Amino acid sequence: MTSSLHLWLIPILPLIGAVVNGFFGKRFSRRTVAAVALTFCGAAFVQALVVAAQFSSLELPHTEFVAHWIRSGDFLVNFEFYLDQLTLVMLLVVTGVGFLIHIYSVGYMWEEGGFYRFFSYLNLFMFFMLTLVLAGNYLQMFIGWEGVGLASYLLIGFYFTRDSAANAGKKAFIVNRIGDFGFLIALFLMIKHWGSLNFGEVFAAAEKLPVETAGFGLLTSIGLLLMVGAAGKSAQLPLYVWLPDAMEGPTPVSALIHAATMVTAGVYMVARSHIIFDHAPNALTVVAIVGTLTALFAATIGIAQTDIKKVLAYSTVSQLGYMFMACGVAAYSAGIFHLMTHAFFKGLLFLAAGSVIHAVGGEQDMRKMGGLRQYIPWTFLTMTIATFAIAGFWPLAGFFSKDEILWQAYSSQHGSWVFWLIGVITAFITSFYMFRLWFMTFFGDYRGADANKHGHSTHGHDEHGQGHGTPHESPMVMLAPLAILAVLSFVGGWVNIGGRFEHFLAPVFQTPAMAEAAGEATEAGSHGTEHLLVAISLAAAGLGLYFAYLLYLKRRDLPQKIADALGGFYEAVVHKYYVDEIYATLFVKPLVDGSTRILWHGVDQGVIDAAINDTANGARHVSDAARHMQSGNVRSYAGWVAAGGALIIAYMIWVGIR
Amino acid sequence: MVPVSYYLVLSGILFACGVLGFLIKRNIITIFMSIELMLNGVNLSFVAFAAHWQKFSGQVFVFFVMVVAAAEAAVGLAIIIAVFRTRETLNVDQVNLLKL
Repeated sequence: MTSSLHLWLIPILPLIGAVVNGFFGKRFSRRTVAAVALTFCGAAFVQALVVAAQFSSLELPHTEFVAHWIRSGDFLVNFEFYLDQLTLVMLLVVTGVGFLIHIYSVGYMWEEGGFYRFFSYLNLFMFFMLTLVLAGNYLQMFIGWEGVGLASYLLIGFYFTRDSAANAGKKAFIVNRIGDFGFLIALFLMIKHWGSLNFGEVFAAAEKLPVETAGFGLLTSIGLLLMVGAAGKSAQLPLYVWLPDAMEGPTPVSALIHAATMVTAGVYMVARSHIIFDHAPNALTVVAIVGTLTALFAATIGIAQTDIKKVLAYSTVSQLGYMFMACGVAAYSAGIFHLMTHAFFKGLLFLAAGSVIHAVGGEQDMRKMGGLRQYIPWTFLTMTIATFAIAGFWPLAGFFSKDEILWQAYSSQHGSWVFWLIGVITAFITSFYMFRLWFMTFFGDYRGADANKHGHSTHGHDEHGQGHGTPHESPMVMLAPLAILAVLSFVGGWVNIGGRFEHFLAPVFQTPAMAEAAGEATEAGSHGTEHLLVAISLAAAGLGLYFAYLLYLKRRDLPQKIADALGGFYEAVVHKYYVDEIYATLFVKPLVDGSTRILWHGVDQGVIDAAINDTANGARHVSDAARHMQSGNVRSYAGWVAAGGALIIAYMIWVGIR
Repeated sequence: MVPVSYYLVLSGILFACGVLGFLIKRNIITIFMSIELMLNGVNLSFVAFAAHWQKFSGQVFVFFVMVVAAAEAAVGLAIIIAVFRTRETLNVDQVNLLKL
């Protein structure tokens, strides 16, 4: 047993920050609030680095017991922490990117009200996310899982006075509940059949069961239910609808929670439970199909969005689809690798988009941007790196991780050329919509200025607020995290050159049988094929760049013509395939109507309220009749007394003579 | 020897007169006297039974009743004087503020 690393400190530190800012932040100056939040978040990052430094001398997996939680007969749940290579990667990504986004937020949120509240929530999120990542059993993971949902809800609804933000928060929370329902049932199944939620015990029990190649056995059910949970948290089909709406939150929140960390929790959970999925190939296939379809589906929606953050939101959904595709072909390390690089470049994209929005005074519509490259050169530079990274250009991070996924999708024993093909098409679309965003935002002429000039004549000065005039570059405190993330987006992919990242994660994911299969796969898949596939995906990325250049810089009239030519299909894409409308008709409206008619008017008003009201009314009517006895007339009282006395005497006589 | 039932009938008649007077008279003093009449009707039945059963307890009770009646007369007359002073009437039907 190696010495204790005090893993419990990592999640607790941000919690302290959240508590301090949450309870006392109102009285602090902004500077103090920021200092508290950054100190505790940074301390968690430092602690994570300490763990990483001692990592090589540890026996893995390293577990640390803190306290008993539930003891009920044979069933035992502890507060315990679990550390292995997968945890370490997640730990560094979450604390590292999280810390950078904390720094950025100081600049971004400086002018906003509720500054302390924002940082308290942000630290709270870090606490729950780290609990999720470090958990040693599924129940503890579930606390973190629910907790990040709570933090996400609070932060999406940060501008709670705005109706749309409050609704988006509710939507995210409710859609996540559907996923959690699946996750919970999976936990119940584990308790019922294996009597434990501890990772070690669950995996050992799953390991012993035979691989379920056909039918719908225990492992397949658990796998599918876990996937339902993951689909909710990681915004996969059909539960992705909350993520685009979640863009109502402040931009750093979108970067931290809805791009870099929380939404990847589902991928992490699937990767963590890989033994269950390895023994249930059917569930694995479902994961791959869901991931692939989501990747394509969300990418196509991304093409037609005009809100800069919405494009990035759909892009996130699509990239998460890639990660699930990787997990679905049992290439977990490729999925985690993409998770990491995605955290870098998507975090960067969101932060840079935030910087753009900041520069143009809160405008999010790309049609009112353009030509910003000369006004905000640093943002432009970092955004360029991120765009090339996500599009998958060599030698940036996205190239390595995406190609690893595509290669695995093609060559893995669970893979198929269909996954690969859809993956490449998605890569092309990704490249196209990202460069569309890039060209619309940074090239051409600034279209916002014209709008402002019109604004002068019609609306007067005040309505546009402070974001007036020429766009301005963001302060240093925002640019520094951008620069660091840009560097990471650039070099982040190099860690897997020669498969080093995968070797690092291999002990987590490889069971003996798989090691053989992996060996075979590398033998079988010739380097020629791999190079060909890489060339094709690079070509797809390049093609996307070319088309975006053609449509959004060279021939600005073409997009409208294409849109007109496509007609109904274009309309459908603009309206996100009417998914929200379909859900509203299929699920929300019946639910609301049913609740209104049956539960509200029927049960609540008709039965519960009616019972109480009728009782009260009855009492009132009886009392109303009875109160006339009290007339104030002494002789009438005497009469009642005499009548009562006579009645009693009559009764006694009647009893007597009977 | 007069049978006890005669006394009881007389006692009942006295009590009934008292009740009737209490219910139909409006003058407070008359009502007050009706109460005395009821008490004395009861007293009569007490002493009648005491004589009949040759027991003292009935007679002791009569003393109690007379003491209570004396106290009641003191308090009652004080109330009547107070009512007359404030309302300047002895008609109970006009003293009817205690109602809903």
